[in-house]
Formats: sequence, C-alpha cells, structure tokens
Amino acid sequence: MEMQERNKRYNDYVNARIPKTHAWPTLLRAFWVGGVICMIGQGITDGLAAIFPAMPKLAIASYTSIILVFIASFLTGIGVYDRIGAYAGGGSIVPITGFSNSITSPAMEFRSEGLIFGLCVKMFTIAGPVIVIGVLASAFVGLIYLFI
Amino acid sequence: MEYFLTYLYVFLVGGFICMLGQVLVIRTQMTTARILVTFVILGVFLEAIGVYDYIFEFAKAGISVPIVGFGASLAKGAISAVHSRGILGIFTGGLEATAGGIAAAVIFAFIFALIFRPKTKKS
Repeated sequence: MEMQERNKRYNDYVNARIPKTHAWPTLLRAFWVGGVICMIGQGITDGLAAIFPAMPKLAIASYTSIILVFIASFLTGIGVYDRIGAYAGGGSIVPITGFSNSITSPAMEFRSEGLIFGLCVKMFTIAGPVIVIGVLASAFVGLIYLFI
Repeated sequence: MEYFLTYLYVFLVGGFICMLGQVLVIRTQMTTARILVTFVILGVFLEAIGVYDYIFEFAKAGISVPIVGFGASLAKGAISAVHSRGILGIFTGGLEATAGGIAAAVIFAFIFALIFRPKTKKS
C-alpha cells in the first residue's frame, strides 16, 4: 500500500519534471523544415535536368537521391544534422535525408567498437528494418502483379 | 510562375508528409525505425494501387524526397521487373530500383564514420 503511494508520488514527480512537448510548434517546425528539404530535392532535380538535358528522368531521380543522401551523411558527420533533428523532429526523419542520417549516425557512434563489429554491424540498427520490410513489401507487390 | 507553383506544391506536400511523421512522434512516441518503416510501407502501397503517380504528377519532390518515394521506387521496380522478367523480377525488381540510394547511404556512412568523430552528446 505504502509502496503504491510512493510509486504514484514518484510518477507524479517525473511527469512534472519531463519537458512538456507543446504539439503545435513542433508540427510547424516539422512542416517547414521537411518542406524545405523537399524543395532542395526539387532544386537538385531541376538543376540536373538543366545541366544535362539528355539525362533520362530515372537517372536524374537516382542522382537526386544520391546527392541528398551525401549531403545528409556529411551534415551528420559534422554534427549539424543532429541539431536539425532536435529542432525539426519528424521533419528531419521522414525525408530520404533522415534515412541517410539513420545509417551514418550509428556508424559513427559505434566506430569505436571496431570496424566490423562496430561500424559495419551497427550501421543498420535503424535502417535494417526499413530495408527488410521494404524488400518484403516490394516482393509481395511483385507477386501480386505477376498474376494480374 | 509555373516554377513557383511547382515549388509551392513541393513545399506543401512535402511539409505535410513530414508533419504526419511528427504527429506519429508525438502521438505514439514511435522510434525513428518505426516511422521510416511506416512511410516506406505507405509508399509501396500508394504505388501498388497506382495513386502515387497521380500525386507525383503535381507534388514532384514533395512526395519523392520523403521516404514514401523510396517505398514507391521499391514497388515500381518490382512491378516493372515482374512484367519484363517474370518470377525473377519479384526478387530483383525492388532493390534494383533503389540500389543507388541504399549504396550511397552505405558508402557515405562508411567514409564519414571513418573521417569524423561523434560530437559529445548534448543533454
């Protein structure tokens, strides 16, 4: 009985202490940062199309992804992407830059545990499930389209 | 003017999708991996039912830069590979279409993890 009361008091204390996330400002920040990242992607696409008019659309799309992945990986390396993430939350996770960040970040963090068992293994802690589920889902879609 | 409209749509649609991600963060306390998985599945689904291309038509990078676009590429690759190669396409299509992004992420992550040291964690 006393224990329960103590637990309750503790929980109240914790709840009073954790920083309150006010929902609206974070939504707005996720919105504008995410939107700007997408506009940068569109800028890269349009830029590539202007410089290399003969390049097929699919190649331009691939290069756009690769360039965005590069930028995000670099920004993660110099510690800037973490700051964007702290500010924008979902706005930095959902774009492909967030995928890149989710691979570079653990790779850097676990580098100290060795090249193979640190860097290479931990690289996929977050992105692993994304690739597994992605491959499964695409195979499933392929299977369906095989029959229709 | 046309450019202005395109970029406006890119901003609005892309921002909206990212905001949905933030809603998930707040409402469900989902981790990064779960959010990414959710949006990849959404992309695969939208492509499979053919809605993705309609949105891409006007939203462009607004839907292809979010990880939804990655899911859509997976599905698009699988569908076209199945049409051209049959059963083999089920296995090769998805990763083939997304190989560039995945390889880039792995390569740059490896290089930058060797070059840079993690910054001390802020509290």
